[in-house]
Amino acid sequence: MAKTLARKLWDTHIVRSAEGEPDLLYVDLHLIHEVTSPQAFEGLRLSGRRVRRPDLTVATMDHNVPTRGGVRAADELSRKQMEVLAENCKQEGIPLYQIGSSRQGIVHVIGPELGLTQPGLLIVCGDSHTSTHGAFGALAFGIGTSEVELVLATQCLPQKLGGNFAVTVDGELPIGVTAKDVVLGVIARTGTSGGQGHLVEYRGSTIRGLSMEGRMTICNMSIEWGAKAGMVAPDDTTFAYLEGRPHAPKGAAWEAALDDWRSLPTDDGAIFDHEMTIDARRLEPHVTWGTNPGQVVPVTGRVPSPRSETDERALRYMDLKPGVAVSDIAIDRVFIGSCTNARLEDLRAAALVIEGHKVHPKVRAMVVPGSTSVKRAAENEGLDLIFKAAGFEWRNAGCSMCLGMNPDILAPGERCASTSNRNFEGRQGSGGRTHLMSPPMAAAAAITGHLVDVREML
Amino acid sequence: MEPVRQVSGRMAPLDRADVDTDQIIPKQFLKRIERTGYGPFLFYDWRAEGDFVLDRPEYQGASVLLAGANFGCGSSREHAPWALRDAGFKAIIAPSFADIFRGNCFKTGLLPVTLPDGQVRHLIDLVSEEPTAAITVDLEAQEVRGDGFAYRFEIDQFARDCLLNGLDEIALVERHASDIDGYESRRVAWLPVVR
Ligand code: SF4
Repeated sequence: MAKTLARKLWDTHIVRSAEGEPDLLYVDLHLIHEVTSPQAFEGLRLSGRRVRRPDLTVATMDHNVPTRGGVRAADELSRKQMEVLAENCKQEGIPLYQIGSSRQGIVHVIGPELGLTQPGLLIVCGDSHTSTHGAFGALAFGIGTSEVELVLATQCLPQKLGGNFAVTVDGELPIGVTAKDVVLGVIARTGTSGGQGHLVEYRGSTIRGLSMEGRMTICNMSIEWGAKAGMVAPDDTTFAYLEGRPHAPKGAAWEAALDDWRSLPTDDGAIFDHEMTIDARRLEPHVTWGTNPGQVVPVTGRVPSPRSETDERALRYMDLKPGVAVSDIAIDRVFIGSCTNARLEDLRAAALVIEGHKVHPKVRAMVVPGSTSVKRAAENEGLDLIFKAAGFEWRNAGCSMCLGMNPDILAPGERCASTSNRNFEGRQGSGGRTHLMSPPMAAAAAITGHLVDVREML
Repeated sequence: MEPVRQVSGRMAPLDRADVDTDQIIPKQFLKRIERTGYGPFLFYDWRAEGDFVLDRPEYQGASVLLAGANFGCGSSREHAPWALRDAGFKAIIAPSFADIFRGNCFKTGLLPVTLPDGQVRHLIDLVSEEPTAAITVDLEAQEVRGDGFAYRFEIDQFARDCLLNGLDEIALVERHASDIDGYESRRVAWLPVVR
């Protein structure tokens, strides 16, 4: 029978399948970080259990790390949380990329960089944006802390198979329109729960033409339209990205892996439960106006009239009036960062817009690379100099103002052009207002001091 | 885990759609390393605005939360159901839930009940007019009932069994140790290890 990529991934990870029970799946790679793991380790200790496969578990510090140089922790509680992670990893023999390490970074950025994220794997992490890793043709999804404990103890996870959803994007992306706009365009069509629980495969010529970075951006935000996982079939772009990475297979193992990975793409004639098609040529840069990622319009558009109480509340929170042109919205801050858009390609795209310009005098702008490796690579290309010359702050790697667990936050009422993935109330700081967009769009906003169509500046 | 069979008590209405876990428990409270103590910080920012519906005297002591569609979207933080539990909620009724949140609820012994829009609307209207209205969420019978209404709900049968019997999921999975050993012995050699 013709199978989808998602179904193949599912079937190869079944440890046990029984009528009336969820399938028991085997986890190939378990990523952990300081915020959602302490209670899981505590649970293990209380029940006298150990970590079954420390060799398939890897830890990083990202959510609450300080991004200013020279500080070891953002505050006392953060320091404690990081210490607890370090201690847990030491006791259980789990490798840890801690703050100060040359490979530290956001968990969803370092997995691929290290070559740990590979096609065909089942990857979980106590973080909803684990869907990012699906860009490699892996089945990857976020779990809660109790499930983290379960995976630590058993390396398995009981799961019910979700429906299949194909999103086909065809055509060439216009200049100034990015992977971020593809996924914001999907969310604009589906709302925040249109993908509820589904395993989504992104297909079509546009997706094939994207770099791994672009594919990761799209898979990353699958959760923002309610999907359980997002994925892209592995191809030569995937293999080229992986070859030579520290944990990628080598020699004969590489050849064996390639054979296996080439068998993963969805078979011709496989059936999806839902399908959606998007014409990339008609996409525009998108910007969110509200307090969930589904409240999104093209940058050429206007703030819409409210259609629900939720919309009305969002307008009040964002201090916006219906009918206002998006490009008339002035901003105070710019954040280029997060697991959605803080990879080298994202920084390059932003730098291209910034080069030769200055950040608007009323705007405070920062770049937070997704990982220490990204930071290093960007510095080797001189991107840091471009950003700094324009007036951007150039920070150390971490989640930073994506969720504001460290001092990188918006003040109440401040409005931010952000490359992150969530515009929830208070997400970037209590009372802060977030507009989500692509890195080039955020860069353009930094220069003009208001939301602006980057295509006018290219 | 304590078995959960039924929840009886009063309701509190949170008539909003897309309530995300950043609202349920804002990030500044995620730095604890325990599973408890989050109750006081539930909906912290919304409460700070004043006159938050859950703070009204008539809804104090409610054990069933009524909410709009896509409840619990966003971050995977299990701190969200922990905070709801700490604040005294034992069941949540909504037209739909975000996936990870629903799973986390089951693990926390917090009952997520999905009812059609119209029925949730009825309950919200009911409790808005009559804050002392009593409700029973009966997991065994898969029914939500009160004075003059009884609504049947569907729920994942395996999760239901686990809640009814208070089963510890880790122990359940550990019973299949030989299957896990067998699977591990078949895994191909080139799969990545982290060291
Ligand atoms: S960058 Fe933001 S979304 Fe990504 S893992 Fe960190 S906090 Fe979560």
